[in-house]
Amino acid sequence: MAKHKTPLLDQLESGPWPSFVSDIKQEAEARSKNEKGLDYQIPVDCPEDLLGVLELSFTDGETHWKHGGIVGVFGYGGGVIGRYCDQPEMFPGVAHFHTVRVAQPAGKFYTTKFLRDLCDLWDLRGSGLTNMHGSTGDIVLLGTQTPQLEEIFFELTHNLNNDLGGSGSNLRTPAACMGMSRCEYACYDSQELCYNLTMEYQDELHRPAFPYKFKFKFDACPNGCVAAMARSDMAFVGTWKGDIRIDQEAVAAYVGGEFAPNAGAHAGRDWGKFDIEKEVVGLCPSQCISYADGKLAINNKECVRCMHCINTMPRALRIGEETGTSILCGAKAPILDGPQMGSLLVPFVEVNKDDDYQAVKDIVEGVWDWWMEEGKNRERLGETMKRLGFAALAEAAGVPVDVRMVQEPRHNPYIFWKAEEVEGGWDRDINEYRERHLR
Amino acid sequence: MAFISSGYNPEKPMENRITDIGPQHFTEFLQPVIKKNFGKWLYHEIIEPGVLLHVAESGDEVYTVRAGTARLMSVTMIREICEVADKFCDGYLRFTTRNNVEFMVETKEEALNLKKYLNEQKFEQGSYKLPVGGTGAGVSNIVHTQGWVHCHTPATDASGTVKATMDAVFDHFTDMKLPAPVRIAMACCLNMCGAVHCSDIAILGVHRKPPMIDHQYLDNLCEIPLAVASCPTGAIRPSKVEIEGTQYKTVAIKEERCMFCGNCYTMCPSLPLSDSQGDGVAIMVGGKISNRITKPAFSKVVVPFLPNNTPRWPEMTEVIEKILTAYSEGANKYERLGDWANRIGWERFFEVCDLEFSEHLIDDFRDPAYYTWRQTTQFKW
Repeated sequence: MAKHKTPLLDQLESGPWPSFVSDIKQEAEARSKNEKGLDYQIPVDCPEDLLGVLELSFTDGETHWKHGGIVGVFGYGGGVIGRYCDQPEMFPGVAHFHTVRVAQPAGKFYTTKFLRDLCDLWDLRGSGLTNMHGSTGDIVLLGTQTPQLEEIFFELTHNLNNDLGGSGSNLRTPAACMGMSRCEYACYDSQELCYNLTMEYQDELHRPAFPYKFKFKFDACPNGCVAAMARSDMAFVGTWKGDIRIDQEAVAAYVGGEFAPNAGAHAGRDWGKFDIEKEVVGLCPSQCISYADGKLAINNKECVRCMHCINTMPRALRIGEETGTSILCGAKAPILDGPQMGSLLVPFVEVNKDDDYQAVKDIVEGVWDWWMEEGKNRERLGETMKRLGFAALAEAAGVPVDVRMVQEPRHNPYIFWKAEEVEGGWDRDINEYRERHLR
Repeated sequence: MAFISSGYNPEKPMENRITDIGPQHFTEFLQPVIKKNFGKWLYHEIIEPGVLLHVAESGDEVYTVRAGTARLMSVTMIREICEVADKFCDGYLRFTTRNNVEFMVETKEEALNLKKYLNEQKFEQGSYKLPVGGTGAGVSNIVHTQGWVHCHTPATDASGTVKATMDAVFDHFTDMKLPAPVRIAMACCLNMCGAVHCSDIAILGVHRKPPMIDHQYLDNLCEIPLAVASCPTGAIRPSKVEIEGTQYKTVAIKEERCMFCGNCYTMCPSLPLSDSQGDGVAIMVGGKISNRITKPAFSKVVVPFLPNNTPRWPEMTEVIEKILTAYSEGANKYERLGDWANRIGWERFFEVCDLEFSEHLIDDFRDPAYYTWRQTTQFKW
């Protein structure tokens, strides 16, 4: 018998899509049966109380969670988000219900051993409810109480060999696409770079010292599966120089209908016979592809590496062999000054593991030094860039100015010339001037 | 309940403490076939909805079966996922950025068996546990936020709106009949933990009433200068009020300047703004992240407000279905939703989607607004 009546939530158990309500109920039942005989360290009925408080929100249209309090583990300034219910007497099981962010492995590959160990930990010391995963990429453990935090951290680090993620004004848990693990488009090892920078900057991740949050995301190609360009202060998007590799026999197989175009992604509808002129040549944004006499030709100098031809004929075309990453800065969601997309700071940098990615780290640290010096409280990098100008960022990062940084040149002539840029400098004598120009 | 110690000694917090170890290295979690062919993949193909084939230079093949999840999942559910991975994949699996789970096997037969098996797993109440799909030119899983489940600032629920939407567009998750992928995202307030500002279709929780002021408590709970500084439109100023003979330091709000972002409430709990009538969802469309063909683009608001009609938000799912239908019928192959709207013109978009255009949809927020107004005589009747 359910602790709370949930007639509204119950209506979210029908329909095909996995029902989170059915799942929470399943967890409530498992905890109440307690077949393993666990001595649950937080209220056994917290999933039921979570359904109860959620039903109340579905009824009155308002949230019932208070602001997070300051909770955490010793020596860290992030990783735990305090959460308290504003109706603790009605729902004592979730009166204190803190979130724990756990650092996820790059690319989110797992063994069942690791996940089961995590489940055992969270069964005993938390609500048994999670998000796989949070938007930033962490494993999110939803709901525990303050006395459990150090215990969870101790077991996580000692038994699972894993750390907490980031929260607050620090480096948030970096996230990468699956990259070279299982993708032929990977221009660099996004997982290794993600892991390396995560480890290099553990202090920045756990101990808030920034003006506001800072996100790294790693997309190994311009398709952007982790949305780095849209949502990370510093986005690493793989790219290449040189020629797209062409297998003309495979091109012919696409034209002949032996291979499904776009890797079969359009198989659900009859779009007619594959038309290479219309679907590849005609859609190339820089019009650098031609198809004649059964041969595909690409004018690589004019290619902007949008991935369309490669995505459409993955068996025939492969990315170029000189690979690296572009770096774009300043993306963020609209709060506060409107949405921003990442702006191209570095067109191309080698991703070189042999020197421990020093070229990348030099840029990262240049940007951070500048932002920590100039950024206002709660100002994202993108906002500092808007306030102080892109050129200031480029200078701080030690990146030479490049026409590729802009979509087009400036619309106004209000150039902030510096004295040293102007012949003779700015020191002039008014009296001398007046000798030539009477008052 | 007896407290069970992990071994942590509160008297000596630094004793035996391990910190700053990060996540484990990802290679600890890679399936042998993935590890062996790391960086040496040749091409891939979607052999049917939800099933991908990757072929390596070595000739090795790996078949991936992708299944949707609710994202909010219990340890019971995770253990079931582990059972699947143990049974079919030697104990390996991965999650995607869009909250899908992927199981990898080495033959087509195993993959098709696995797909069948996953589609047979259902909750007692009827919904799929792990529906296979989310590939190619269809709708993949919705990235989303916490909503009323676990957050203090939401203007709507996340899990509920996602469940209602995915039920409504489920056919597009299990099939690939759209012109291009449609990425749907959901954020329950303007903070956008889910970063929905570059999605083909975005569901966004919005407030419409200015904050109330808890005068008698504000100065104890908040730093007044921070609350004042938090307002992007400068609508908040320091103030004093007298209540029953007592003077309180507090703030005053110019309500007509409020843009309902909730940033003040983030900084000061004494300025709550949630309200059952004021809160609801906006619908945004036409954003993208990929650099394919066209540049990444922001989503645009096309419906300024729909009510929180729980538990299934019928007005919201109706709008999403209308947009998807018009897009499906009108767009060219490979054309993303925003590219289609740009091509036909937004005046035509509102017509074919049967949506009302109102003054709320004309941008008036700072400089970027100007770039969204029409500076040409080219338009369609």
